[in-house]
Amino acid sequence: MMTTLTALCTFAAVGILLLILAYISWRGVGSLSFRFLIDSPRPVGEGGGIGNAILGSLVLLALASALGLPIGIGVGVYLSEIGSGRLAAGVRFITDTLTGIPSIVTGVFVYAIVVLPMKHFSALSGGIALALVMIPIVARTTEEMLNLVPHSLREGALALGAPQWRVTLGVVLPAAASGIATGAMLAIARVSGETAPLLFTAFGSRFFSYYLDQPIASLTVLIYNYAISPYDEWHAQAWAATLVLVTLILGINIVVRILTRRRF
Amino acid sequence: MLASMQTATPKIEVPQRKSEAPTTEDQRREAKVAVRDLDFFYGKSQALHGISLEIPERIVMAFIGPSGCGKSTFLRTLNRMNDVIPNTRAQGEVLIDGHDIYIAGTDVVELRRRVGMVFQKSNPFPKSIFENVAYGLRINRVTKSSSELSGRVEQALKDAALWEEVKDRLKSSALSLSGGQQQRLCIARALAIRPEVLLMDEPASALDPIATSKIEELIFDLKKHYTIVIVTHNMQQAARVSDQTAFFLLGKLIEVNTTEKMFTAPNERLTEDYITGRFG
Repeated sequence: MMTTLTALCTFAAVGILLLILAYISWRGVGSLSFRFLIDSPRPVGEGGGIGNAILGSLVLLALASALGLPIGIGVGVYLSEIGSGRLAAGVRFITDTLTGIPSIVTGVFVYAIVVLPMKHFSALSGGIALALVMIPIVARTTEEMLNLVPHSLREGALALGAPQWRVTLGVVLPAAASGIATGAMLAIARVSGETAPLLFTAFGSRFFSYYLDQPIASLTVLIYNYAISPYDEWHAQAWAATLVLVTLILGINIVVRILTRRRF
Repeated sequence: MLASMQTATPKIEVPQRKSEAPTTEDQRREAKVAVRDLDFFYGKSQALHGISLEIPERIVMAFIGPSGCGKSTFLRTLNRMNDVIPNTRAQGEVLIDGHDIYIAGTDVVELRRRVGMVFQKSNPFPKSIFENVAYGLRINRVTKSSSELSGRVEQALKDAALWEEVKDRLKSSALSLSGGQQQRLCIARALAIRPEVLLMDEPASALDPIATSKIEELIFDLKKHYTIVIVTHNMQQAARVSDQTAFFLLGKLIEVNTTEKMFTAPNERLTEDYITGRFG
């Protein structure tokens, strides 16, 4: 009875995922071509591609990771290894609250403090917005993973004359590396699907952009713009872009899995 | 090996103190560790009451007593491992080679390099066998070349009687070893930096009899070079491996004596009751 019930639930969850993937593939694969992947958008009726949006998404993810992962991991290390008492409890509460803040709020906030002073949309502001979404997720997963490292390991290193920072860097973090990487991966996967924080920050662009202080295209914003457009051709391209986005996220997952495969 | 170790760790001469432990042979040696009126607190609750004890150099001293009697706590005051537990406080003197390790300005890192520790539950790092033993050497920047490092790792593994079993797979994970091997690896890891004192907190309590006897043989060999303090809840083990035995009860040191005397004709009634199994 229990087995049947849980098996049904599992089947439903896995089934829905497979259904989504199958449907996206079916709708998207028609417009997919090598040219579509490298070309920049063109006016309706002339085809065009999403190359700039793919590049833009990767740039934004790299920026967000460069800013968000070190800070998030740093906060996690603080919470697990250093902080204690009320201050740590306060930080923990704040990161939990941040996790729950709708990402559109983050977008508006970054618009106010980065975009307005700079006077234009930029890849940088988009990266900052995504990083703000990442930090609390990375912080809490890092903390949880570090808490799983047995206390005896820390004592073992301390007893060999290792100072606290070397224990953390040389023993505790490596022991939790695959868990932290999984958390980081989840955070990257999460923000690579974010649209709202980018609407008022990275804004989007119909051209290849290589400048961090200029607006930049992204897959999610492109999908959003194409999906609400009245053109069938853009709808089809939005499906194809969705397929590319999902593949990209899957690719990130696989790469990180390989990189952090447990060697010991 | 012995000669090189003695030059590597020059001893600081201290005036000889009268040892309370009444053996003629041991009295001639200077006390490596001397503890005077040590109190220890976890928050408000006092775990150790006025412990005074001297541990001569290059002997094995066993701490026995029922669970919660403070023997592990006391052991951990000797290399200040209790510092990592919040809200703890030690009062009194712990002298190693005549220097109080609790005075302000003590380099705890340096102290722990001189006073090594092996824990109850083996705790190898999730690294290779080689890297586990090399860890202490690397962080303390002991060795100058990689060949010197491998030499020290090999020597430590030999000292811990593990070399023959692992020499062909130094690069494999330490976690792939058996429980007894893991514990000997932890001993090798502690020996690699050549401490002067080795603290062992119930090192064989999680091991099967064969692995236990290997550890005990090892302790017997190691006392030629090291001062060893071992906490054990196994009285037969204390009788087998130690030269002197200290009996703790409810945070107090009841008796220190030669192991032989302790297990045949102890001075204190409480010791006799414990050893004969009347309580504990």
